[in-house]
Amino acid sequence: MRRIANKQVINNVLLEASAKDKDIVVLCSDSRGSGSMTSFAEERPEQFIEVGIAEQNLVSMSAGLASCGKKPFAVSPASFLSTRSMEQAKVDVAYSHMNVKLIGISGGVSYGALGMTHHSANDIATMASIPNMRVYLPSDRFQTEKLMRALLQDHEPAYIRIGRSAVEDVYTEENVPFVMDKATVVHEGSDVTIIACGEMVKAAQEAAELLKGKGISVRVLDMYCVKPMDEAAVLRAARETKTIVTIEEHTKYGGLGAQVSQIVAANVPVRVVNMTLPDEPVITGGSKEVFAHYGLDAQGIVRKVMELV
Amino acid sequence: MDLRMKACDIRTDIVEIIHRAGTGHIGGDLSVTDILVDLYYKQMNVAPDKAADRERDRFVLSKGHSVEALYAVLADRGFFPKEDLLTYAQPGSKYIGHPNNKVNGIEMNTGSLGHGLSVGVGMALAGRMDKKKYRVYVVLGDGEMEEGSVWEAVTAGGHYKLDNLTAFVDRNRLQISGPTEEIMTQDKQEDRWAAFGWNVLSIPGNDIEAVDDAVELAKHIKNKPTVIIANTTKGCGVSFMENQVGWHHRVPTDQEYEQAIQELAQRRMQYAQDSE
Ligand SMILES: [Mg+2]
Repeated sequence: MRRIANKQVINNVLLEASAKDKDIVVLCSDSRGSGSMTSFAEERPEQFIEVGIAEQNLVSMSAGLASCGKKPFAVSPASFLSTRSMEQAKVDVAYSHMNVKLIGISGGVSYGALGMTHHSANDIATMASIPNMRVYLPSDRFQTEKLMRALLQDHEPAYIRIGRSAVEDVYTEENVPFVMDKATVVHEGSDVTIIACGEMVKAAQEAAELLKGKGISVRVLDMYCVKPMDEAAVLRAARETKTIVTIEEHTKYGGLGAQVSQIVAANVPVRVVNMTLPDEPVITGGSKEVFAHYGLDAQGIVRKVMELV
Repeated sequence: MDLRMKACDIRTDIVEIIHRAGTGHIGGDLSVTDILVDLYYKQMNVAPDKAADRERDRFVLSKGHSVEALYAVLADRGFFPKEDLLTYAQPGSKYIGHPNNKVNGIEMNTGSLGHGLSVGVGMALAGRMDKKKYRVYVVLGDGEMEEGSVWEAVTAGGHYKLDNLTAFVDRNRLQISGPTEEIMTQDKQEDRWAAFGWNVLSIPGNDIEAVDDAVELAKHIKNKPTVIIANTTKGCGVSFMENQVGWHHRVPTDQEYEQAIQELAQRRMQYAQDSE
């Protein structure tokens, strides 16, 4: 089976669910193509709303729809959704407590050569800082599907960040362990724990295998639920392994690593090292090139862990 | 009761609430009162025991700082006990300085300007999708028209031809720092909205009959949303507050409070005589 992008999975799940649930509504900001929402728009025209290039209106309209019992999914590039319409997310969605799911597509550095205007290396920080807002970064297509099905069952606000292109699988069709708001143990180990989210989980998984060959036992946690974070899993890692490395497609401010560090420092102080994008406009290039440049790949993780143990 | 008398009662409540608490946006409360009274006592299908009814009309106070006027109306209509307002602006109270939907009868949290009309567009689209008959009312301030996001909503309202949506602009020509025309030109509101495909009605906004006629007219306009440019007086009903920029959020002294209450009582008496 050809791997599909996580955003395509979202389209497919919503298309399927919306056949029965007429309250599901998808809103786009001239982003149906980039969001892989074209087939939803074509097959469910009565449940699709085009807002045009107006992210503030996109989010507030979604809140208005939700207040009338609709289940809106606002699909827009993560860069714009998480900053330009941050206040709408804060006031109309989270503070007003509306059942709006914000889908940030082409997140992180997915837009590569388009530059910093289109990168969202700070979306965890902006969205997680809003009370009532949850933040999810699924790692592959299988987990994205599980997450979407779980989100369809609740009525709370959430922000979901996914990348632009198809990514390598972390899980397999037959084996997708998933418990909502609990980290998934991707690899068991006892020397070091790597806590990752989104596209970095695959790199962590590969690094764990490479490190095994070097005699280092690595635990990998897929912390797709960045908020609410699975604190128990973090604390278990702190108690059971000597060192924690976090890795994310985000700056060091207010992201996964910052949160893990806070939890660990307050409870079971062990060494935590955050692997992140730098606090500067990142170099342009495809995601893989950008990740390699900053050491945010399996090789980079291996180097970092070897330094630490 | 003559709605003009009701408006006097509501204005009296507003002055009391703000005087007692020592905080509030009194000028805009008094300019928007007649719009709220017409909507809540005559036009809107809303009731305290039907606050979650899917058929109810929807109201969003986008100029959320006029919340004291909304509190006065909701309490008087029985959405919550009037005594609750004794806690207004007190620590821990849910009756805060901007609308929030923990309060019975309030649909959406507002306060940051430029959000409410977009929310209203979403509500109106939901009504259309669900084939509901409810109408959506949104009240904006004229200073609020300076927010760019308002125009995203005006664009979408016109694009989707939302004839179940009525917006008001409380055109009192003042904002916190001075006259709107000095801060950022807001003239030709009528032409601006019309250019985006809205049906435009421009009325004396403190004339409750004119407000009512406009709301009634809007219900019968098809394929276009309606905006009612309500030309109002900031501080309306209290002589020394009218058209005074300083009364945007000044709190009356005890003496000013007495005078305001007296003026409103006199005005009410006149209306009572008129209607006899
Ligand atoms: Mg004004």
